[in-house]
Amino acid sequence: MTGLDLETFLRIDLPGGLSAMLACLACGVLGNFLVLRKQSLMGDALSHAVLPGLVAGFLVSGSRSTGPMMLGAIAAALLATVLIQAARRLARLESGAAMGVVFSILFALGLVMLEQSHARDVDLDVDCVLSGQLETILWLAASGWGSLADPAALAELPRQLVALAGMNLAVALFVAIFWRALKLTSFDPDFATALGFRAHRFELVLMLLIAAACVAAFEAVGSILVIAMLICPAATARLLTDRYGVQMALAAGISAATG
Amino acid sequence: MTPRDTSAPPVELAAARETAALPALAVRHLTVAYHESPVLWDVSWTTPAAGLIAIVGPNGAGKSTLIRASLGLVPKVSGQALFFGQPLSAVRARVGYLPQRSSVDWDFPASALDVVCMGRYRLHGWIGPLGRRHREAARAALAEVGMADYADRQIGQLSGGQQQRVFLARALAQDADLYLMDEPFAGVDAATERTIIEVLRILARAGKAVVAVHHDLATAPDYFDHVLILNGRLVGAGPMDSVFTPENLQRAYGGRLALLDQAIEAAARAAAGRRDAQA
Repeated sequence: MTGLDLETFLRIDLPGGLSAMLACLACGVLGNFLVLRKQSLMGDALSHAVLPGLVAGFLVSGSRSTGPMMLGAIAAALLATVLIQAARRLARLESGAAMGVVFSILFALGLVMLEQSHARDVDLDVDCVLSGQLETILWLAASGWGSLADPAALAELPRQLVALAGMNLAVALFVAIFWRALKLTSFDPDFATALGFRAHRFELVLMLLIAAACVAAFEAVGSILVIAMLICPAATARLLTDRYGVQMALAAGISAATG
Repeated sequence: MTPRDTSAPPVELAAARETAALPALAVRHLTVAYHESPVLWDVSWTTPAAGLIAIVGPNGAGKSTLIRASLGLVPKVSGQALFFGQPLSAVRARVGYLPQRSSVDWDFPASALDVVCMGRYRLHGWIGPLGRRHREAARAALAEVGMADYADRQIGQLSGGQQQRVFLARALAQDADLYLMDEPFAGVDAATERTIIEVLRILARAGKAVVAVHHDLATAPDYFDHVLILNGRLVGAGPMDSVFTPENLQRAYGGRLALLDQAIEAAARAAAGRRDAQA
């Protein structure tokens, strides 16, 4: 590999490829719990419902930095989850219908906010949300393998990549710490509640984490692929194994590989 | 779990004995409604401290609802449930639960041992790998229901009766003093039914209380010593011989007579059996 090729690889190919892989990995691991809970549609619902939160976060902060948009998205996801629960209980809707109603309303609200604000001018457009902008994730400070150990160059790492790395760390910690709790609440939430574990509150935390992972992954791969990555690796793994641990590992492997 | 203080003074021992004699479950003025139509209406009921206790009644009588509302799994409109004289949150470790088999997805990627281990989660804590002691306890519970050879089998590959035994083993693994069981005999084969009733009798002999929703009126008098007859409201409650009467069953079930005749015959048979045993 010549010097120029290496530089191109580090500046353009590596950050993009790595971002795609990390985005898929976080979604693929969390998607396991949606598939095992028979709530696959929830990924679709959450990834649509966060749009008004994203726009609100952008309008309040005036920038596309990850922090405010992530906060807005998590707030919107919280609202969506609570609304879906309420629709199921109060209007006696089955869960699929409740999700459908809530996410289409929130998504429409987000679109209206997007059109009515000036956000359109600043490249927060629908294309970006739908298909992602992997080509914009660049590490221009890289000059060679040495850059990987150079603090100054590392500080210039694209923010999307950093956000995705942080997201993966959070997901890994969450799954490792709550390994058994996730298994029990996915299999038998009533039994978990009878044991004194707050299964419903725990499910809410899981849904917020999924929403955060969706947002972190949006910019890299777009919402369409995010929904696919929440479901496909887990569903594929489910066909290949009957063991909980193997299921998790397979889904992670499949999603990283496809990423 | 708190370690037992072996040097406890006699006063506390007496107190502990008194606690043991408290009713395992007492519900007071319990009313539960689904979407504004009441399922349970003002039920007050006290179980003995130990023994095998059946809840019977027609479909929709609120039998499962009584158990689920007591455990806080469905909201109560009014009323309360006390376990050993205390609210559930204070004595959770003493209360075991066996949900209806149909309430979970048996295709879930877990082995029989995985599921039984869930019964130990509260004793072990929610975080960190399950200790060897708890895994051994789970294996022992599987062995107790005759499922030791199936520990590593995926639960979806088990028969209905075997799945029910796995659920029973999970409840046993909780090592509780009161077990609430939602239809433990539903849809099981004859061998499993025998295994389950043997396990329940062992529990009763060990001074535990088992409250079970039971559908089969013909076997109820054989299997249980106490009964609660429900039909939305409380129809009758107390010792099997005095409460499981044609009048009470007629009131609970209305006109379904073929069923009732069998039940009444069974009650007479069981009562005669008990008299013989005493004589």
